[in-house]
Amino acid sequence: MADTAPSRSRDLDKLLLRAGNLVGPTFEPGTELRDDLQEYARILVVGAGGLGCELLKDLALSGFKNLEVIDMDRIEVSNLNRQFLFRMEDVGKPKAEVAAKRVMERVSGVNIVPHFCRIEDKDISFYNDFNIIVLGLDSIEARSYINAVACSFLEYETDDKPREETIKPMVDGGTEGFKGHARVIIPGVTPCFECTIWLFPPQVKFPLCTLAETPRTAAHCIEYAHLIKWDEVHSGKSFDPDDPEHMQWVYSEAVKRAELFGIPGVTYSLTQGVVKNIIPAIASTNAIISAACALETLKIASGCSKTLSNYLTYNGVAGLHIKVTEFVKDKDCLVCGPGVLIELDTSVTLEKFINLLEEHPKLQLAKASVTYRGKNLYMQAPPVLEEMTRSNLSLPLYDLMDKVAKDILHVTGVTGQSDKKTSCLRKLRVVFRGVDGVTDMDMAGGA
Amino acid sequence: MAEPKTKYDRQLRIWGEQGQSALEKASVCLLNCGPTGSETLKNLVLGGIGSITVIDGSKVEVGDLGNNFMLDESCVGESKAKSVCAFLQELNDAVKAKFIEEYPEALIEMNPPFFSQFTLVVATQLGEEKMIKLDRICREANVMLIFARSYGLTGFVRISVKEHTVVESKPDHFLDDLRLNNPWPELRKFAETFDLNVPDPVAHKHTPYVVILIKMSEEWTNSHGGSLPSTREEKREFKELLKSKMVAIDEDNYKEAIEASFKVFAPPGISSDLQQIINDSSVELSSTSSDFWVMVAALKEFIATEGGGEAPLEGSIPDMTSSTERYVNLQKIYQAKAEADCLAIEQRVRNNLKKLGREPESISKATIKSFCRNARKLKVCRYRLLEDEFSNPSVPDIQKYLTDEDYSVAMGFYILLRAVDRFAANYNNYPGEFDGPMDEDISRLKTTAVSVLNDLGCNGSTLTEDLINEMCRFGAAELHAVAAFIGGVASQEVIKLITKQFVPMCGTFIFNGIDHKSQLLTL
Repeated sequence: MADTAPSRSRDLDKLLLRAGNLVGPTFEPGTELRDDLQEYARILVVGAGGLGCELLKDLALSGFKNLEVIDMDRIEVSNLNRQFLFRMEDVGKPKAEVAAKRVMERVSGVNIVPHFCRIEDKDISFYNDFNIIVLGLDSIEARSYINAVACSFLEYETDDKPREETIKPMVDGGTEGFKGHARVIIPGVTPCFECTIWLFPPQVKFPLCTLAETPRTAAHCIEYAHLIKWDEVHSGKSFDPDDPEHMQWVYSEAVKRAELFGIPGVTYSLTQGVVKNIIPAIASTNAIISAACALETLKIASGCSKTLSNYLTYNGVAGLHIKVTEFVKDKDCLVCGPGVLIELDTSVTLEKFINLLEEHPKLQLAKASVTYRGKNLYMQAPPVLEEMTRSNLSLPLYDLMDKVAKDILHVTGVTGQSDKKTSCLRKLRVVFRGVDGVTDMDMAGGA
Repeated sequence: MAEPKTKYDRQLRIWGEQGQSALEKASVCLLNCGPTGSETLKNLVLGGIGSITVIDGSKVEVGDLGNNFMLDESCVGESKAKSVCAFLQELNDAVKAKFIEEYPEALIEMNPPFFSQFTLVVATQLGEEKMIKLDRICREANVMLIFARSYGLTGFVRISVKEHTVVESKPDHFLDDLRLNNPWPELRKFAETFDLNVPDPVAHKHTPYVVILIKMSEEWTNSHGGSLPSTREEKREFKELLKSKMVAIDEDNYKEAIEASFKVFAPPGISSDLQQIINDSSVELSSTSSDFWVMVAALKEFIATEGGGEAPLEGSIPDMTSSTERYVNLQKIYQAKAEADCLAIEQRVRNNLKKLGREPESISKATIKSFCRNARKLKVCRYRLLEDEFSNPSVPDIQKYLTDEDYSVAMGFYILLRAVDRFAANYNNYPGEFDGPMDEDISRLKTTAVSVLNDLGCNGSTLTEDLINEMCRFGAAELHAVAAFIGGVASQEVIKLITKQFVPMCGTFIFNGIDHKSQLLTL
């Protein structure tokens, strides 16, 4: 082992063992750095799809040995044109498990722990175990959630500087066809996902009256069949996009409607695309974006070169355009800022506090679960935990927080309008009225 | 549904059945299967490329396991080409994969005709001298060529093809072809059937914005001596005029008209890009002219005659607020005109073919139709021979890059990537390749870089110490993440070249893994 280990990292050693001129401020080249990366650096890859597969491979070959991957999906045939760790016989199996197994088989010495579950299923503390979180996701909601989790660990000094040891760096990638982005998020230092949420405009939906009365395009006919006709015909039975029979029904209804109005272009493939909002995806773009993310992960962990500051866009549609943009933090960001300040009387019970969150103009957080320093004060789910924590509801929050004058609380719940609820996590700074003074006096008395 | 169709669904949505079929017919040759080459092919095999031939003469060393995913411990001591080929084959059994255990350098020297069997050659990690030779071989054999190289935190990708023409360039954003300020008779007649002051509010809010803009631009030109709004003030006024026609605030069609008003201001006629293409000397047809140029010649004639200065109409319209019937009718008017234009071009194409002594039907109607639909988006890419780029450099461009803040690092890497090859030719190893003090290599690389700069005609220019030091530190390392990036870029360009869709990059792509300010240098 001692003989093969150094030669296996023949190429990487050049970067990790040698001093450089264009490197990060923390860079300390040497075998110790290389060994520490292998032994202590723990990286979480969120998503085991097109980006996730590439990321696991890239990280396993970039000096990391302790990787974990989380993904709730199972392998589908349409993944195989790019998710190179999967084979036809794997269809139906959990992505995270197969991906982890394949990389471990190929790259000896690497350990990858798969988690076949939703990202919300894990305790927040699960995410705190990693040095860096790398995101290979295709949804804004999931990015938002992980971002909020990573930012929730962030604490600020009194002078508004983020506390170094509470910073949880993230590297995020995303692709669509020939285009993609890679970004580095250092909470408290560079903008977090929420600071620049405007980069991801919400998807435009067709007005229902267009679908019902004045369809003009094939997509209008498809959405009519999917959103209006389905419910009219199948009272109560919900549409399942993964059921081929359901899809076939929508397709044939869309064809009928298109014929009625003289609209061309309805195909089965388009029907699937519109209904499932399929984003085209190819291997090369995923490879490019993941490689950029893995390289940044290595640089953050080792300091062996400068880091991307802070947002890279790639576009290969016409020629090749790579642009790096330095976005700036939103000082008032609810997520990566110091946390929403909430002042409470010491008598406020946990139940009252939870109700307050729903009415709070900035938060509007319903069905909140509350944790304090890793301790569950109240959990909405699962039922076992709910029952265990229910008795806390009637207790004063002040008591539950060990009678400290002010501290940070984490709450998770749902937010948003009725048509689009998303789960979210918020960090709150709770201050109890009148306690500060009392503490000071007590201390003075004691001295 | 057939399995391959599902397997390739996500990419068929990008390049369609035609693109896929082009990929499935292509045979690609890879020179050197280190991580850069392996990753390039991985992406192509997944996408269903027809066949691959992996060429590498080396045996797998333990060090290779640390940067190449297409190898594992059982491969140590085996042929690298064989091992990589076997793992690549696992990714997609529809691909014909074979390997040749041979050094590419030897093939280039001893067997140039070997390369003529391929659609495209991907040459990775080759030194400058061999690149130049291979370039000449492939150019003569009419085989497409891509060079890719990873070197520490830098690297490059460079296409070399005599000429690559694109009909389906599929740009992201392109101005719709609506002819709002210059409607043809049928479109004008259709617009005349509408009354913008119609008292029925339902009819008013379902008048398509195309009709609104045609009528309003006519109204404007009539009251402005025949000219369209051109100054900022006039454009603002025109928008105000549109706004004044609204009878209710929820009239989406008028909102769309205001938003799309810039389409009225667009100058008539063809773009300068298209002008350049129809002025290209290749429109003087000869017996060896490609179908593309035969069609461009017809296009040129069309623009000068029937087209009245315009390319054939594209024939599609964007979605817009309208009643179904009006929208569908409008669509039909655009389609009919596009078909008529296409027919005119088709006749000219057939005539041209006849004049050339070729079978008049040798270009299919579908091909001509696609050409017409994309006539405004045609692209022609030409690549210099590497030898020409090196021996006949554009000094002002290089000087500009060297002093431009955004480009200087990329240009520096370009020089250094050439300097390390010259270094290797002189000293039999790359700078910093072996462990130990690097001072001597650094000063030698500096001297070599200066000589490269002098040869490029940039006497007196220097590179920063930092960059030269870094280049020595890299010691010719092939890092996996860098190789995956470079291989990703190379494979994407291969796909664009083979499918003849989208536009391949023009110039030399220089990867900058330090701060990711990578650049495309046109040299």
